[in-house]
Amino acid sequence: MSNKPESYLQIKELWKAFGEFVALKDINLDIGKGEFICFLGPSGCGKTTLLRAVAGLDPQTRGQIFQGGQDVSNLPTSKRDYGIVFQSYALFPNLTVARNVAFGLENTGRPKADIKARVAELLALVGLPEQAEKYPAQLSGGQQQRIALARALAINPGLLLLDEPLSALDAKVRVHLRHEIKELQRKLGVTTIMVTHDQEEALSMADRIVVMNHGTVEQIGTPTEIYRAPASLFVADFIGETNKVATTYQNGRVTLGSVSLTTKMQGVAEGAAVTVAVRPEDVVPHLSTAAAAGAANLLPARLMDMEFLGSYWRCHLQSDILGGQDLIANFSINAVRRLDLKPGLEMAVELPAERVLVFAERA
Amino acid sequence: MSDTNLPSGPNVTLKLDRDGIIKRAFMAVIALYLIVALALPLYAMLSKSFVTYSFDLDRYEFQVSDDAGTFGPAQSAAAINEQLAVFSDGQLRTSSDGRLSATALFPDFSFRSSLKYRMRGTEEDAPYLVGLDLQNTTEWQEYDSNTFRRINLRPVKSVGVQNYFEYFSNPAMFSSIQNSVFIALVSTVLTVGAAFGFAYALNRSVMRFKGFFKLVAMMPILVPSLLPGIALIYLFGNQGMLKSVLMGHSIYGPIGIVIGSVFFTFPHAMLIISTALSIADQRQYEAAESLRASRWRTFWTVTIPGARYGLISAAFVTFTLVITDFGLPKVIGGQYNVLAIDIYKQVIGQQNFEMGAVVSVILLIPAVLAFIVDRQVQKKQVSLLSARSVPYQPKVNKQFDMLCLLWCGAMAMFIVGLILVCQYAALVQFWPYDLSLSLKNYDFNRTDGGGWAAYTNSIKLALMTAVFGTVIVFTGAYMVEKIDGLKAGRGVFQFLAMLPMAVPGMVLGLAYIFFFNDPANPLNAIYGTMTILVVSTVTHFYTVGHLTALTALKQIDGEFEPVASSLRQPFYRLFVRVTVPVCLPAILDISIYLFVNAMTTVSAVVFLYSTHTALASVAVLNMDDAGDIAPAAAMGMMIFYTNAGARLLHMLASRRILRKTQSWRGR
Ligand SMILES: Nc1ncnc2c1ncn2[C@@H]1O[C@H](COP(=O)(O)OP(=O)(O)OP(=O)(O)O)[C@@H](O)[C@H]1O
Ligand SMILES: [Mg+2]
Repeated sequence: MSNKPESYLQIKELWKAFGEFVALKDINLDIGKGEFICFLGPSGCGKTTLLRAVAGLDPQTRGQIFQGGQDVSNLPTSKRDYGIVFQSYALFPNLTVARNVAFGLENTGRPKADIKARVAELLALVGLPEQAEKYPAQLSGGQQQRIALARALAINPGLLLLDEPLSALDAKVRVHLRHEIKELQRKLGVTTIMVTHDQEEALSMADRIVVMNHGTVEQIGTPTEIYRAPASLFVADFIGETNKVATTYQNGRVTLGSVSLTTKMQGVAEGAAVTVAVRPEDVVPHLSTAAAAGAANLLPARLMDMEFLGSYWRCHLQSDILGGQDLIANFSINAVRRLDLKPGLEMAVELPAERVLVFAERA
Repeated sequence: MSDTNLPSGPNVTLKLDRDGIIKRAFMAVIALYLIVALALPLYAMLSKSFVTYSFDLDRYEFQVSDDAGTFGPAQSAAAINEQLAVFSDGQLRTSSDGRLSATALFPDFSFRSSLKYRMRGTEEDAPYLVGLDLQNTTEWQEYDSNTFRRINLRPVKSVGVQNYFEYFSNPAMFSSIQNSVFIALVSTVLTVGAAFGFAYALNRSVMRFKGFFKLVAMMPILVPSLLPGIALIYLFGNQGMLKSVLMGHSIYGPIGIVIGSVFFTFPHAMLIISTALSIADQRQYEAAESLRASRWRTFWTVTIPGARYGLISAAFVTFTLVITDFGLPKVIGGQYNVLAIDIYKQVIGQQNFEMGAVVSVILLIPAVLAFIVDRQVQKKQVSLLSARSVPYQPKVNKQFDMLCLLWCGAMAMFIVGLILVCQYAALVQFWPYDLSLSLKNYDFNRTDGGGWAAYTNSIKLALMTAVFGTVIVFTGAYMVEKIDGLKAGRGVFQFLAMLPMAVPGMVLGLAYIFFFNDPANPLNAIYGTMTILVVSTVTHFYTVGHLTALTALKQIDGEFEPVASSLRQPFYRLFVRVTVPVCLPAILDISIYLFVNAMTTVSAVVFLYSTHTALASVAVLNMDDAGDIAPAAAMGMMIFYTNAGARLLHMLASRRILRKTQSWRGR
């Protein structure tokens, strides 16, 4: 992760407008060779639009795209170098699996035997060597998706584009295929961009995630960066869960009622209106304020309700300091047992300074 | 916050690759086809309707000498005409080839006299002929009397609404409008009523023989619209065996036209209404039942509103079919004039093309109106369709099912009956005197009308229309549906593809005369050939095929093209390998539709055939016109057999394809 791979795809000052509506605003990206990138964001944020611009299917209105050092900004699709897989798979229904996979290989002057061998190799690669003579309609959704992948990879593209490839599948198959696609990508080392609105998918598969919102890039970073150090309230909110409270920032501290919390966040303007965000798993339980001697950022709270979720307890707490707002905390099984936490208990919670995220309100 | 306004600068456009160029070329070729085969002829016709030709006597001056050769004062032709009242205003109006003899203005004229004549134009454009030489000069020209008798004035062209004015001030012409509207209204009410009953029975009852009835309901499509007219003449005509049933009324006229119209429009209305009824929602009926609504009330509050779009659409389609039909009124209309007949008479009878154009434009109005309403209604119906939920399941109701059976039986008897009468009439020696059977009426070479050659010509036309038409229509629809970019171009294309539906066949045929028979047109060479018949027929029936193709193409995944181009495959490879095979059933449907219609159509081709491209459907018309009704019936039946055979082949082919493709369609 530390030794940055050489740059393969650059997007510079890219804008896209549909008539009056601006769908993409000043997008800048630099994607390394062999990287697995996810475009993540809510529906309608422009992920597909950006992917289609990269593919040349629906060209950007302004800006440039470089691929492998070449300016491809206004090259037609056929002159670019990529394979694509759509949510619908878009397998040709009247051609067998083998013919589908061979579609990009035929008509290129390759000898027949060569094509056949390559098709067999690809089918083996996606784990479906037995299905060559079947028609797409005779395969399951997951199998169809793998065939679509094999077809896209057949021409050895420098770039693999995936538009929500897994969203039409049921949950179990999806988790399984996630893993397989990631493995395959690592094995082939092909630079990949996948569009998704499923954060789990993005977190588990991507080397780096591009979080998008309303046609702009909110943050680019590794899954841990995105999760642990979200660059904006939107990212914090969209990825994972957070407790949020609105207040003001003063002198490295934020005030909640009678309690004042320290934060390690930098670069927030003095006196700015801010939102404080804390992830549920970052909340530390204590029996009482007194029992947490030495700890800072303490809030007295009442444990209202607990849910056992297998690997941890999900707890709803209330504090006079937060008014009527629920505080959600995920406590480890260990901590619950150690402190003997029960609903109704008056206790204290610690919000560690380095985990208190502060975001200035947007204008 | 980042600026949300697009920075200034040019929009990025992709370079054209070979694929893009080929696509554009394809689209241009087909758009060009539609422009040449449709837009330009219509434009030619429209402009023709505003052109009048008349002799403008103000433009000429004459001088006559005495015996000694001294010329008298110059007099304008208009002044002479005013004094002598030689020509009425009506006589001065003429067509583009009008000629007016100059000598008529000089009652004492004798070509043997020694008098001399001088004439000149008083304006720039004052054409006249000396024999065959066209003169157009403001200089005085001198002629001896023998030459002067060969002088004819030529009309000048002017543009304006004069023709329309004349049309509407002519009571005979105007009554055609009333007649046409009357016939169309009555036929529409009867057809929609009958078709609704039939479709209702098919969809809402559990009567027996549904398959048979569906088949019979489609039979009228297989014959020319004038065939029922012939059958009606045999039944109720002057020598008809059931003449007395009419109680003194004549079948020649509105009665015959209306009955025949119900026959030939029935399948169209039935299909539309049946589709509308088939999308009913079972749950609405269950709700009505739980509210204890009576059957009657349910019918008016659930069934009719649910089918209203279908009913409106069927009514407009029927109205248009009847008002633009030419075959039936020609065969059985007698003295009853309708618009379509007026066009024919103006053009074929009186060679008054301009007036024919005027009537065409008038005929265009209801057709265009119907077309617009139909499109609106279709859109609404589609939204009903997508909201469809639980299909209606009819329950057994003995009494009601019996009623349905009776109604369908009666309609089937009407349809099959008329066709059987034709068949019988074609086979008897001499109706109604010698009813022994013979095949002599099938010896078409013994009657005028084109003989067996007309029949083979029709087959040729139908095959060529089916093949070329399907290629053009399907490729055109593909361009509209699957090509990215070029939005404006595709919009125009789509408009052109929808236009033929709004243009009656007669109007199209006449427009072709104006456009292709113009010697200045480089395409003039196809006039009078089979090519122009194929072009006009493909164009005439373009829209239905286009819509069928669009529906099929819309069901194909829109990502096929992007995938193929990412695999660096040209679009035509995808088109041939995937699109066409997947759409094969629709393609077959388009071709059989074109084939059947090419066999039966009369209206456009009646203006365009020549002696060596006579057609079977036109032969039916002409033989009937010449009094050879039995051979006309025989030829009509030949068309029926051919179409029935073609439909059968189509069905077998579709089955085979379906079986072959079942492996990849279903699981
Ligand atoms: N062809 C188009 N014409 C007009 N607007 C469009 C077009 N395509 C997309 N948009 C608009 O651009 C915005 C971004 O669309 P896009 O399809 O990229 O979203 P997305 O992030 O892929 O969403 P989803 O997760 O729902 O697929 C949306 O507001 C959409 O309505
Ligand atoms: Mg999308």
